[in-house]
Amino acid sequence: MKILVTVKRVVDFNVKVRVKADQSGVELANVKMSINPFDEIAVEEAVRLKEKGVAKEIVAVTLGPQACQDTLRTAMAMGADRAIHVVTDSELQPLGVAKALQKIVEKEKPDLVIMGKQAIDDDCNQTGQMLAALLGWPQGTFASKLEPGAGAAKVTREIDGGLETIEVKLPAVVTTDLRLNEPRYATLPNIMKAKKKPIEALAPDVLGVDLAPRLKTLKVVEPAKRKGGIKVPDVATLVDKLKNEAKVL
Amino acid sequence: MAVLVIAEHDHKSLKPATLNCVTAALKCGNPVAVLVAGFHCDEAAKAAATVAGVGEVLQADDTAYEHFLAENMGTLVTKLAKNYSHVLSPATSFGKNFMPRAAALLDVAQISDIMSVESADTFTRPIYAGNAIATVQSADAIKCITVRATAFDPAKAVGGNAAIKKIESAGNSSLTKFVSAELSKSERPELTAARIIVSGGRALGSSDEFKKLIEPLADKLHAAIGASRAAVDAGYVPNDYQVGQTGKVVAPDLYIAIGISGAIQHLAGMKDSKVIVAINKDAEAPIFGVADYGLVGDLFQIIPELTKAV
Repeated sequence: MKILVTVKRVVDFNVKVRVKADQSGVELANVKMSINPFDEIAVEEAVRLKEKGVAKEIVAVTLGPQACQDTLRTAMAMGADRAIHVVTDSELQPLGVAKALQKIVEKEKPDLVIMGKQAIDDDCNQTGQMLAALLGWPQGTFASKLEPGAGAAKVTREIDGGLETIEVKLPAVVTTDLRLNEPRYATLPNIMKAKKKPIEALAPDVLGVDLAPRLKTLKVVEPAKRKGGIKVPDVATLVDKLKNEAKVL
Repeated sequence: MAVLVIAEHDHKSLKPATLNCVTAALKCGNPVAVLVAGFHCDEAAKAAATVAGVGEVLQADDTAYEHFLAENMGTLVTKLAKNYSHVLSPATSFGKNFMPRAAALLDVAQISDIMSVESADTFTRPIYAGNAIATVQSADAIKCITVRATAFDPAKAVGGNAAIKKIESAGNSSLTKFVSAELSKSERPELTAARIIVSGGRALGSSDEFKKLIEPLADKLHAAIGASRAAVDAGYVPNDYQVGQTGKVVAPDLYIAIGISGAIQHLAGMKDSKVIVAINKDAEAPIFGVADYGLVGDLFQIIPELTKAV
């Protein structure tokens, strides 16, 4: 089985983002960037399937500026075999990315595409579903367990009421939830090895798809601040405040 | 400009988030139609017809919609969407699953998790786990939208008298097969619709302690039970208890955070609650920064005392 995984370079999840004074976006200069955590889970899942002998080859794909090479190297240090980088400095949105990925999938013909369920920058949660729709493939979103079999895969999904298991025909798109696995740390020898693995760089026009953003961001602001309240000394005071001041009990 | 809401339901009744979604829809345009796609879903369709402000209910009754599989829902919504300017569904695991499929097939962007409708084409939505709010404008002819339910008041469940129109199924893709569901069974109110939530964190230490301390308090307050990601990851409670940016976003009248430090990701999921109480032994925990009432101390002592006192 051949697996394609997608990775996105995002602001590291530990960074507290700051909104720019001119409200044009968030401050990205000199901010630590990392692989999107959900994508890291996707790479890990693919690598585990390769270690089990289920997958033969793992191809990591990203779109974005030159610096995204780092993200691909991270994926390859974890175990991806090679990478494809659609190099662009333009703003990217899920529909355009899904269209570009569709072209790459049509060329690479993987049996399974594993993606993060959402990126922690724009929090869209769209690209996997959109790619599946464009390809006419089934989808298994928010996966907490993935068991590929002959011609189909069982996917256990985290849904609002609990868990749901579905069977998707292969090829399919699967998007990862937090509890699918715990990604490994890349070891130094593997990081060195990853430097020698091939990255194929593509210009977006080679793919012949329209990457232009459909949504215009008019402004970005900080959320309304919630004021911290008071500390109460004991349970009796707390219950009194909830009953008589906040009137919620 | 007619607007379509895709109802989340269990074939018998509407999920509460559908009502918030109708409110958002009425801000986008008029009239508002509601699609109830399900199997043996007459009762849910009837419930949708009585929602105040709803002009028409479309009912697609077919086995294809029994488990709301995204492939089948996506095809149906794509077929119907062409008659509407906006298509909305709750930003729950239901709406998030099929709406991007429909958007891609319609060749339009999706606007995820909207918090307000500024005008028919402009919306606000959270980015970076709610640490920033973006105002976005769509130029697409059809706006596919998922709605953050807690940001909109629910429409009244009664008062409306819409006609129910049966529509044809758009077919079963057979790409995906439902196998099974393990749903948490509980007599307690649903997390996203509860008036009071008692939420526990990693500091409870074990699944047993979580049960022993949180459940009696929740029972006494008729509250739903939530948890931090750390508590879920540690296996104290199932995943569907998780409150946070990647779990459920809640806004009850009262949110009691017990042994939760208040990671950004958790705060993003509950900071719109009307009143927040934090109980934590660490006086410096970030949760106190958003709490109306904080109580510093040992939760193993405080919670039984609180359960007795309320």
